[in-house]
Amino acid sequence: MDHTALSLIELGAVFFVLGALGRLAGKIGLSPIPLYLLGGLCFGSGGLIPLTDIGGFTHLASEIGVVLLLLLLGLEYSAAELFTGLRRSWTAGLLDIVLNAAPGAAVALLLGWGPVGAMVMAGVTYISSSGIVAKVLGDLGRLGNRETPVVLSILVFEDLVMALYLPILTAVLGGVSLLGGLEAVGISLLVITVVLVIALKFGRYVSAAVDSPDREVFLLKVLGAALLVAGIASAMQVSAAVGAFLLGIAISGSTAENATHLLEPLRDLFAAVFFVVFGLNTNPASIPPVLGWAVVLAVVTTATKVGTGWWAARRQGIGKMGRARAGAALVARGEFSIVIAGLAVTAGAVTGELAALATAYVLLMAILGPTAARVVEPIARALQRKSATKTAPAEAN
Amino acid sequence: MNVEVTPLPGIGVRKDFSTRTGRRIGVVSQRDGHTELIVSKADDADACAASIPLTADEAGTLANLLGAPQLVAQLTEEHQDLPGISTKQLPIKPSGPFDGRTLGDTAMRTRTGVSVVAVARAGQVHPSPTPDFALTGGDLLVAVGTSEGLEAAAKILKYG
Repeated sequence: MDHTALSLIELGAVFFVLGALGRLAGKIGLSPIPLYLLGGLCFGSGGLIPLTDIGGFTHLASEIGVVLLLLLLGLEYSAAELFTGLRRSWTAGLLDIVLNAAPGAAVALLLGWGPVGAMVMAGVTYISSSGIVAKVLGDLGRLGNRETPVVLSILVFEDLVMALYLPILTAVLGGVSLLGGLEAVGISLLVITVVLVIALKFGRYVSAAVDSPDREVFLLKVLGAALLVAGIASAMQVSAAVGAFLLGIAISGSTAENATHLLEPLRDLFAAVFFVVFGLNTNPASIPPVLGWAVVLAVVTTATKVGTGWWAARRQGIGKMGRARAGAALVARGEFSIVIAGLAVTAGAVTGELAALATAYVLLMAILGPTAARVVEPIARALQRKSATKTAPAEAN
Repeated sequence: MNVEVTPLPGIGVRKDFSTRTGRRIGVVSQRDGHTELIVSKADDADACAASIPLTADEAGTLANLLGAPQLVAQLTEEHQDLPGISTKQLPIKPSGPFDGRTLGDTAMRTRTGVSVVAVARAGQVHPSPTPDFALTGGDLLVAVGTSEGLEAAAKILKYG
């Protein structure tokens, strides 16, 4: 068999298996991300059926996957929403950073991965999966709940932090000096500010530039613009993903809606490839040694996210049950934790163990998150009853 | 009534208000055009006992059901001093005889002496419709006339 034939067969098999896994995930009400990672682990080096002929395609496809993930994230928000979200949730957002980045950084330092590893793991444990959270809120019929805006504005804050964090991380991973790092941060801050201002004042023109009534033309223009901006951003050391995110924010209104409809299936396809490639590059044998730490991180960061949500909801005058729901909703980690770990692994600046830990952690959290959101109400109610029976005899005395 | 408008970043907008009994009722309008009717729980005002996805048609029908009686009640009260005159809401049935035809086609005034003073559609009230007003299934006509006239008008709308 020639190389092309073999590549096509392997690629077809991978997509087909991913489709089956995605269906399974939908049936049991979970995010497909952990299953994609598992799929990648099976097909990768050291897995059950190593596939080696599709590296060229999957490498580029996974890059496009990250660009599309961030582009669609940007399309979800308008610049005005970002500003109001920022104003409303910055205190909760800061608490979120401190509580949830610290455990990851601490574990990385304990394992001797140095400051770079600490920075990577801090990002991995910090960022909730807005994809999983939004889907779970919709599935559970909680869009009308009072605590939901609190949860969503924390997500907005996190996504904005990503726009700052990713370029810094890219600079650090590139091993630039302190001065060079500061320069990168300065450039990215400047670029982000300029783009936000452009999006706020001239979003119409950006939208008009990519808009077209013809689906085919529109698709090519949007995708072309995204890859161009991502490439230029990458060349400027600002990280391709952030470029795409900012372009997404600049596109607004009906253009953004149409672009979302058009690009969603493409994103799902390429993002799936991205998760698989991440799994492919992780040797399953490297997971058991770090599994203990992954469990520790999962337990600790579940508690810290619940704490963040509880605190943020209490500040908005939400009742106890709503505070518990807000906390549990934020628990899920997913795509961005893998994006961060993926960036670090590709740059070769961290040990392979970090990829293994990140994989195991996201596997746990992507399952734990939706589960926590579902079981939080019965658990909170049981706890309330328990404390009620405890205080009742005391009152009798 | 104080309707609270809360942005849901990335999803859409929630519009709701508190009822006298302390329940919240409202609508979540999602960016992709989906609408959900939300009703808060009795024991936990933060949470929703129900969030019911509605199509545009369903939302319009619900709005008519809630809005038209209020309009009729208001008109009835205004006509109280005029004995023999009453107000009634008359539905246009989907795929009924006047679905897709104009108000003039009913020849309502000539045949029954009844005046159509408004048409409620999708929660909107169109006052003083002209004879060329196009009717569609689900519309509610707000009609004023004698009781006999209104009965006859209801029959015309039903059977043509």
